Amino acid sequence: MSALTIAAQDCATMLAREIKHSLRLARLLMVSAILVPVVMLLLFDYILGGTIGRGLGAAARGAPYVDFLVPGIIMMAVAGGCGPTAINVTVDMTGGFIDRIRTMAVTRGALLAGHVGGNVLRTLVATAAVTGMALLVGFRPKASVADWFAVVGIVAAFSFALAWLSAAIGLIAKSVAGANGSTLPLAFLLPFLSSTLVPVDSMPAGVRWFAANQPFTAVVDSLRALLTGAPIGNSAYLAVAWCAAIALAGYLWSQAAFRRGTR
Amino acid sequence: MNALTKHATRTAVLVTGLRKAYGAKVVIDDVDLEIGEGEVFALLGPNGAGKTTIVRILSTLIPADAGTAMVMSYDLRGEAGAVRGVIGVTGQFSAVDDLLTGEENLDLMGRLLHLRATERRARTTELLERFDLVEAARQTPATYSGGMKRRLDLAMTLMGRPRLIFLDEPTTGLDPRSRQTMWQIIRELVREDVTILLTTQYLEEADHLADRIAVLDHGRIVAEGTPEELKRRIPGAHMRLRFADAASLAEAARALPEGTRDDEELVLRVPNEGGIRSLRDVLARLGDDVVVEDLSIHTPDLDDVFFAVTGNASREKS
Repeated sequence: MSALTIAAQDCATMLAREIKHSLRLARLLMVSAILVPVVMLLLFDYILGGTIGRGLGAAARGAPYVDFLVPGIIMMAVAGGCGPTAINVTVDMTGGFIDRIRTMAVTRGALLAGHVGGNVLRTLVATAAVTGMALLVGFRPKASVADWFAVVGIVAAFSFALAWLSAAIGLIAKSVAGANGSTLPLAFLLPFLSSTLVPVDSMPAGVRWFAANQPFTAVVDSLRALLTGAPIGNSAYLAVAWCAAIALAGYLWSQAAFRRGTR
Repeated sequence: MNALTKHATRTAVLVTGLRKAYGAKVVIDDVDLEIGEGEVFALLGPNGAGKTTIVRILSTLIPADAGTAMVMSYDLRGEAGAVRGVIGVTGQFSAVDDLLTGEENLDLMGRLLHLRATERRARTTELLERFDLVEAARQTPATYSGGMKRRLDLAMTLMGRPRLIFLDEPTTGLDPRSRQTMWQIIRELVREDVTILLTTQYLEEADHLADRIAVLDHGRIVAEGTPEELKRRIPGAHMRLRFADAASLAEAARALPEGTRDDEELVLRVPNEGGIRSLRDVLARLGDDVVVEDLSIHTPDLDDVFFAVTGNASREKS
């Protein structure tokens, strides 16, 4: 077997392990991955949506608030995957599994690749479920087949990027609670400080600049453009560039943390 | 040349001048080790002596600051990948996957070792039987006892037939029966010609299992030898007799001149091989008139080893 075949085999083994884990924890994962975004969807659409929708102005492009909201909720479903990945990696780290792997002739990085792959698969399932729910409550996308493919691509790329970052966070966390807490800025704070729920123009000046130029806005804007026919501008390129940069940073960080181990 | 001498000439682990410090704290200080192939070697020492650090260095988990180490004739620094191919590590805390069943845990190891499907299945079945885990094979370790978890952990380590096994405190935290089972398993391993580096806090355990023992204290090896050699350096078992007053102590000391007096505690320590006969003999010589407040039999333990080899007790005597 060549080194490459072995590496592929090790990654596949670790991915299969992560999928098995996800299936065993399916009920728990469904809450964080599907229920939370769905509750956010219903909360913002039915309860807060009236006022927010009236305030949208031109950003609504004549459509109800739910059309503006759903691309943001899809992005939040992607970001919601950070916590479980960080937690799973921390459990492997503190439980000694990573040390076991590090004393074996297993391809370095295979374990984390399994965690990242598992995250992408879970996110695709979760975002599909959330999108289905959105259609039920009145979301009316105007995307073509090609647009849908692009949406799936951006969702997968963004979840891939955030998963490497989450893996690194999981590796350096001292406990499961710490791992979960450290991903909260990714899963909640950054989405709120972006165009997820409202246009960034409506934000106070100081926040506006940050919100307009951070990765979550680029991702949401590109998803929104693809799904609702809003002008896409350069947001798709920006989103792809951000995904690549975050993935690379997360990958390098997690590889360094993996090599360092528990000490 | 017969098998035994050939055995003794091959070296499984050769360590010289090993050092490791975390900041200003030196954890491993100039350690040399030589372990022959097929040998069971015990690192004996209290918590914090550096046992686990040595295991972590030799099993490629952390780098040493200085020194050289050959593991199964591979250079630890330059050929870490090759070292990983021939070793197996079972740490202090069971590193099993809690969401997978016992069987799936073993299968996962088999896959990571790139065993073929037929061999993977055969080896899984064999190890489950050998470690008495057949009934629990389809359950997750959450339902296992501490001993079962440790057995599964060791079975996972053995999946790849390692030639050198590190057992880091394999019985710490186990109940006496599980400890016996673990000892039995380790003794069986020895027959399969694997080399074992074992760490333990228990002299009894090292005595039972090891061919040679190195006593570790504050990151240094303070004594090394066979269990017999070490025990010869330890003050033997003794009887501790406590008296109500100084007069009784003085009288007893006259009757038993081989004893050591402690006037402050009113205690006389009399050497004793431990048998009933010698106990009866001592009491007979003491006679009926001397009133003994308390009598206890003292057998050598790790404290005594430390006292003997370092000149100070490893921990506060209770």
